[in-house]
Parts: sequence; C-alpha cells; structure tokens
Amino acid sequence: MGLVQDAIRWILGRDMPDDVAQLERERQRRIEQMLIPTWEEGEKGPRMVLNMGPQHPSTHGVLRLFLELDGETVVRLEPDIGYLHTGIEKTFEYKKYEQGVTLTPRLDYLSNMFNTWCFCMAVEKLLQVEIPPRAEYARVILGELQRIASHLVWLGTHALDIGALSVFLYCFREREMILDIFEMVSGARMMASYFRPGGLAWDLPDGFEEAVANFIELFPERVDNYEQLLTDNPIWKERTQGVGVIDTATALSLSVTGPILRATGLEWDLRKAMPYSVYPEFEFDVPVGAHGDVYDRYRVRMQEMRESVRIIRQALERLPEGAFRVDNHKVAPPPKEEIYLSMEALIHHFKLWTEGMRVPPGEAYAWVESPRGEMGFYVVSDGSARPYRVHMRAPSFANLQAMAPMAEGSLVADLIAIIASLDPVLGEIDR
Amino acid sequence: MTDVDRTHAAHQPDSPAHQLQAAFPEAVEALHHRLGEATVIVQAKALPEVARWLRDNLQFELCVDVTAVDYWPQEPRFHVVYHVLSISRRQRLRLKVPVAGKRPKVPTVTDVWPGANFYEREVFDMFGITFDGHPNLKRILMPEDWEGHPLRKDVPLGEEPVQFTHNVEEIQRKKPYAKQ
Repeated sequence: MGLVQDAIRWILGRDMPDDVAQLERERQRRIEQMLIPTWEEGEKGPRMVLNMGPQHPSTHGVLRLFLELDGETVVRLEPDIGYLHTGIEKTFEYKKYEQGVTLTPRLDYLSNMFNTWCFCMAVEKLLQVEIPPRAEYARVILGELQRIASHLVWLGTHALDIGALSVFLYCFREREMILDIFEMVSGARMMASYFRPGGLAWDLPDGFEEAVANFIELFPERVDNYEQLLTDNPIWKERTQGVGVIDTATALSLSVTGPILRATGLEWDLRKAMPYSVYPEFEFDVPVGAHGDVYDRYRVRMQEMRESVRIIRQALERLPEGAFRVDNHKVAPPPKEEIYLSMEALIHHFKLWTEGMRVPPGEAYAWVESPRGEMGFYVVSDGSARPYRVHMRAPSFANLQAMAPMAEGSLVADLIAIIASLDPVLGEIDR
Repeated sequence: MTDVDRTHAAHQPDSPAHQLQAAFPEAVEALHHRLGEATVIVQAKALPEVARWLRDNLQFELCVDVTAVDYWPQEPRFHVVYHVLSISRRQRLRLKVPVAGKRPKVPTVTDVWPGANFYEREVFDMFGITFDGHPNLKRILMPEDWEGHPLRKDVPLGEEPVQFTHNVEEIQRKKPYAKQ
C-alpha cells in the first residue's frame, strides 16, 4: 500500500483520494484472496496456488494461469484472460465495412489473412456477390502461405520453450521469406488487410508468381531439415509423447477444432468437410494423429505445412488472369482511370468513399479453417454502411478450454509443452 | 452450388430445422432459411431440452459459438445466438433465443455442450445476460471490478483521455471518484 500511495503522490502531486484508496484496498484484498496458498494437504505435502503469467515467456502472450499444485503436479488449472482486450467487436459497430477490414488482422496477428478472408466472406455472403476467380486463387495462395508462416512461429516457439533453441532461428528465416511476399503484395509485413469485400485491394504485383514459386521450391526441403532436428530426437519425444493427452469425445464436447482435434484422430478440416472458396478444386490430404498428445499435434502441423505447399503449387499453376475484384461498383470502387472519364464512375467512387457500401439487412456466418481451427465471423447488418453487430468465433478461445483437462495431473514442466502445442494467440482470445 | 440451390436444399422437409420444429412444436417460434443458413427461434425455457435433443438425435456434437445481439430499444431486447455444428452430418444450425431486456436470463447449455462455458461467460460479461445453472459465471474479458456491460447498445463507445501535466486536473475532475 505504501508503495502505491507513494507512486500516486508522485504522479498526481497530492494524496490519493479516499475512494481510490478504498478501491485499491479492495483490489489488494482480492489479489491476496486469490494468491494465498490454500495449504490443503495433498499427497506430497501441502498444496500451493501458483500464479503463472501474464508476463511469462512461455505463455505466448499475456495468458495468465492459476495453478493449484501438489508438489510438482498440477491439480487444478484456471486460465485468466482479458489482458489484451481491445473491444474490437464494439469498435466494429462504429466503423464502416471497409474500415472494419483493417481491424481484422489485429485479431489473430499470426494469421491475419484468415481473419480478413473470413470477414470478407461474411460480408460477401450478405451482399450475395461472387468474387472473380483470380481473387479466389490469390486468396488461397496467400492464405496457405499464411498457414505456413503461422505454423513456423508455432514450431519455433514450441521448440524454444522445450529447449531446442536452434529450430527457432531456422523457422524465422523461412517466415521472413513469406513476410517478404506479403510486403510485396500488400505493403505490410504482418497487418496486410489485402483482402477486401468483393475481391482484393489491388492486383497481384509483377514478380509475385516467381517469388511464390521460389519459396515452394525450397520449402519442402527446409521442412525435412526441421524434422531431422526434432521428429526422431529422443529428448523431443521424451518431452512430448504421452503429454497433454485429450481424446476425440472430450475435444468435441469442449468445442475444440483445428490441428488439436485432428491430432486426436478425427479427420475434420473445413477445407474438405464444408468447402469454401475454390478448395474443392485442389488435391490435398488431411493429416490426422492417433493419440491426441503434444507429439501428434506436432506431427499434424508439420504435415499440414507440406500439404499447404501442395495446395499453393496447384493454385499457382491455375492462377487465372482477369479481374481482381467484382465489377459491381456499389461494392468495389471502379478503376481509377475510369473516374477521369466517366461521370457515373466518379459518383460511384465518391459515394463509396464517403458513405461506404450499403449491405442488405440480414445475418451471415462465414467460416474458414485457420491454422488454429474454425475461424468464424457472425455479421448482422441493418442495411446501413456500418455493421449492426460483428462477432468473431476465435478458435484459440475455444481451444483454451481444453487446457485444463490436458494439464491436470501432469507436471508443471509439461504444462509449458502443452501451452505451446495449443498454439494460443491472445489477440484473438481477448479480441 | 449457388446460394439459391443451397436455400432450396435446406427447404427439404428433413432439414434439421424442420425436424426440430416437428419434435418441439410449442418451443419453436419460427424458422427460416436465408443465405443458405438455417435459423430456428426457440423459447428460452425449452432451450436445454432442445439442445439435448439436437445433440443426441441429430448429432450436433459441437457448439461452435454462443453470442448475443442487442436490439435496444426493441423488446425482446436481446437475442442469444447459438451456432451448432454436426460433424457426422456436416450441417450447421443457428438457434436464436429472444430474451427480455429486464433481468435477462437464459438456461445454460454447458451440461449439454461443456464447450459453451467460456462463451456464456463472455456473453454475461459483455451483455449482462445471466445463464442459469452455469458452473462458473463470472467476468472473463473485462476486469472484475468493471461496471456495466460494454457491448450493450446503450453503452457509448468510450475513450480514455491521455493525461499530460497540463490537463491532469481537468481529467481527474471528470472521473467519477474525484467529484468531491
């Protein structure tokens, strides 16, 4: 208390008001209540409550966990989230649809393309527009590149947490190549906002195809290199096999999707099961695991990177020429050169950038298979240029519920491996 | 398949929405298929029964999402929206439960789909809708001592002024605790 009082006196230049002091005492009391060890007798002596995070290098962001420990064993685990809550759902209601696009990459910042893609799909569903094939193929190529980039961050940090330091460097080397492609396409490395309702922001640049072709030429070999470091590594196996096991029924009941669900042996990939975009045209497999442990999740994600390369190769071969956004000027602006010549185009341009596009009233739910599972956008429109309500179904948020059944009964050291294998992104958990 | 086809396919009498209506004629207030999505409006008191029936008879194993929409100042003010998914039948269904604005309350579905736990806490946090029978109903995203429910339509988009030495007095004066 003394310290807080001093700090406040220093900041404000006067004593803390009584109400604040009261509030601060109340807060202290709550914190103490949560943190005082319960001293209940466990098998290995008194139980202890441990606070892990939010500032902890292996919680992958600002995740905070309450752990009740019996010796080294986790008896009970409760995640505490909200440290990164930025009110994106509320902000959406005050932004036009076009402005909303720039909010989407801030959700899951490691796979921003998927968020934007999903939001665009929901808006396109409400508008009932079909986007041109070139835009669909570009979305697939960039989306799958994003999946690889996201899995590379997961792999690097996962290995780093367990103690395999060098993998991290190799993963970030390859990720940098993908980010270079994103920069080339959109101008931004991480917050691309390149997909827009109705297609793409602008056409793919010259040299894009060569850059992607170079990358997919080189990448499969790099995956082999990572696997050489880890897959048969006895220490890696020791740390991951049989750790954080979850079975299919529990995973389903806890709304878990994505690689974690597939690692339990269920072949459920929205790209195959409930296809969207142009995915039915591509040939690819859905990797599944058998045991539902950390090692299987590792194998599934590694395999997914290879499958992504397969999809990109096919999409790149068939990438059609043509329009990159719809020819409907109520949705997408007319080409810039037309604006100088045609009165109508000028009016469309003006209306679109001042009032925004009007979306017919209704509600739509669109989904994509993001690297973490089912990403969904539920958009409610009242017919105006701003959405009435936007809700994101964030895969990490639901997957986080599986952490307690996975970790309870395991060691604290294994918990680190479990957190990393869940691959949570706090940006989309807290929104 | 175009949207029209999808809508047509969903109109088949064996669509899950119609089956649900046949099984619970009183509880289902309305149903519609728009943009290829089936929506069923269900009364709040019948929700646990409907949810259990959907899971056990139509294999809707996965509760994808629970959220709410605030239609203030209309009544019933809130719609609690459930998106459920059947993995074995590859179908989706949306349940909507209208809730009155005064002391909004819905029975929980966590005993049917334990995965709804976090989602119901989020709806409670953001809209102030209570879920009867929820095992751990407390705020999830906002701070514990937060007052109000930010996603309600009568809560304006707030802002926190940036404090500098020249305006700190003014900002402090405006804060609720600094009035005296």
